[in-house]
Amino acid sequence: MTFSLRFRAAVVSIVLLAAFLGIWHLATRPTAAATNMSPEYAKLMGLTATQGKSAMPGPLDVGAKLWEHLRQPFYDKGPNDKGLGIQLGYSIARVGLGYLLAVMVAIPLGFLIGMSPLISKALDPFIQVLKPISPLAWMPLALYTIKDSSISAIFVIFICSVWPMLLNTAFGVASVRKEWINVARTLEVGTVRRAFTVILPAAAPTILTGMRISIGIAWLVIVAAEMLVGGTGIGYFVWNEWNNLSITNVIIAILMIGIVGMLLDQILARFTRMVTFPE
Amino acid sequence: MTDKFISIEGIARRYPAAGGGETTIFEDLWLSMNRGEFGCVIGHSGCGKTTVLNILAGLDEPSEGAVIVDGQAIEGTSLDRAVIFQSHALLPWRTVLGNVAYAVTSKWRNWDRARVRAHAQKFIDLVGLTGSEHKRPSELSGGMKQRVGIARALSITPKIMLMDEPFSALDALTRGTLQDEVRRICLETGQTAFMITHDVDEAIYLADKIFLMTNGPGAVLAEIVENPLPKDRGRIDLHRHPLYYALRNHIVDFLVSRSKTFATTVTDHDPRNVPVVRPGKPELVVASAGEDSIEASWPGLARPSTSS
Repeated sequence: MTFSLRFRAAVVSIVLLAAFLGIWHLATRPTAAATNMSPEYAKLMGLTATQGKSAMPGPLDVGAKLWEHLRQPFYDKGPNDKGLGIQLGYSIARVGLGYLLAVMVAIPLGFLIGMSPLISKALDPFIQVLKPISPLAWMPLALYTIKDSSISAIFVIFICSVWPMLLNTAFGVASVRKEWINVARTLEVGTVRRAFTVILPAAAPTILTGMRISIGIAWLVIVAAEMLVGGTGIGYFVWNEWNNLSITNVIIAILMIGIVGMLLDQILARFTRMVTFPE
Repeated sequence: MTDKFISIEGIARRYPAAGGGETTIFEDLWLSMNRGEFGCVIGHSGCGKTTVLNILAGLDEPSEGAVIVDGQAIEGTSLDRAVIFQSHALLPWRTVLGNVAYAVTSKWRNWDRARVRAHAQKFIDLVGLTGSEHKRPSELSGGMKQRVGIARALSITPKIMLMDEPFSALDALTRGTLQDEVRRICLETGQTAFMITHDVDEAIYLADKIFLMTNGPGAVLAEIVENPLPKDRGRIDLHRHPLYYALRNHIVDFLVSRSKTFATTVTDHDPRNVPVVRPGKPELVVASAGEDSIEASWPGLARPSTSS
């Protein structure tokens, strides 16, 4: 009897996960406690010294803590103690805002660049210079000009997600199959109608691929940006928990960043599939 | 005013050559067709056939000369001249009905949905695709895709249908059925059509006039062959007609040898008065070098064909 590829892959995935958790668990087992230690020193050092507990949390510690977070994702006990859900919410909202702004700028501009060789050539040097700049390098300038850390973070998201979308839109629009354009030309379709009925649908898969790359980059950058601006968000949470020396929470935050990033990517992947038609 | 429906008047197409200067694909090309005629252009690759068609369609512009259709010089593309593309060029995100309806709404912008739909449906039925209206191009076979392309071109009721090797990407069987369809539709509707092909038999079956072009660069329209076969010819017994081989051999001979040597052997070629040849009717044959074989094989002496 043979199982489907999907089922077999799932089994292998689960085995790998179990192996990883097992190794992790074994590696963080308590070692023999130090015997002759002055009580004051032992008190200072905590469980790590008295019971030989590993400084690195094991999977069970992380699991227990994660459960605690998941039961109460939206609690708010002051600026340094907010639920994981609230922190992620702040980050997603910032990414969403900056990303939407980028979509609103990049897609029309990309269309223009793709349709006009003149504008394409004229803007090319600017794009080439601006594109490789790390988005975080804009941060001081943003903080100075905008004078608001939260909006600065949104600006940084905007500037990092605009390039892949811009370039992909321009490329997608410029490389629409000549025949489809010719079909529109022989049917005397006007420029605006042609843009919406032929070029947009033809370039949509490429544009959405750019949007998918952008959302990935935006989610990478938000963590770093929030570490810098502080206050709220999952990036701030990671840094705050590092200052608290709560490695458990740092691990949980890393896991959450991964899961949210995956979800964002999957949403865009689904949209891409919706607009992609085989020939 | 002449009675010519399509009149190509002295067009040329030149491209800038690599080391300065210009490459002339063809020049001083004159060609005319009457309403309701089916014209086929045959020539080797690189003689500028597609360029001629694109100029007729308005997708390309001649470097010199003009094209007059129905008494008016053409300027750019027009809904009067529909193109059937070699690669069908269907929009993959639209259904069969959507692709045809796109053309219909382009021509009649203020029609309501129901009217557009009914009109598109009529042409989908005409090409035998009833029942596949809601399929997307990726779900169709090559022949069906080209049928959609034909329906789309016909749906705007053009004055001229332009076809750039429309069946060359199809298998022989499908090609045959589609040739039948195109011939039936053109005869029924009196459609004027202009087609580019590599297939001699396709030209013989479909065309009233066959335009033979010499090899490029510097290609010229060497002669116009009038099809002597009767209007009611069938694809199945075409080759049994006594004039079939005379006609076929004439074209094949041209493609095999004369298309290469034409420029050097024929010195008094007048591009404005291209000789009209009617194989099988000796009184109309304009004698030119190396054409004796045509008379020799007529009438009805079925000579094995040399190539196709």
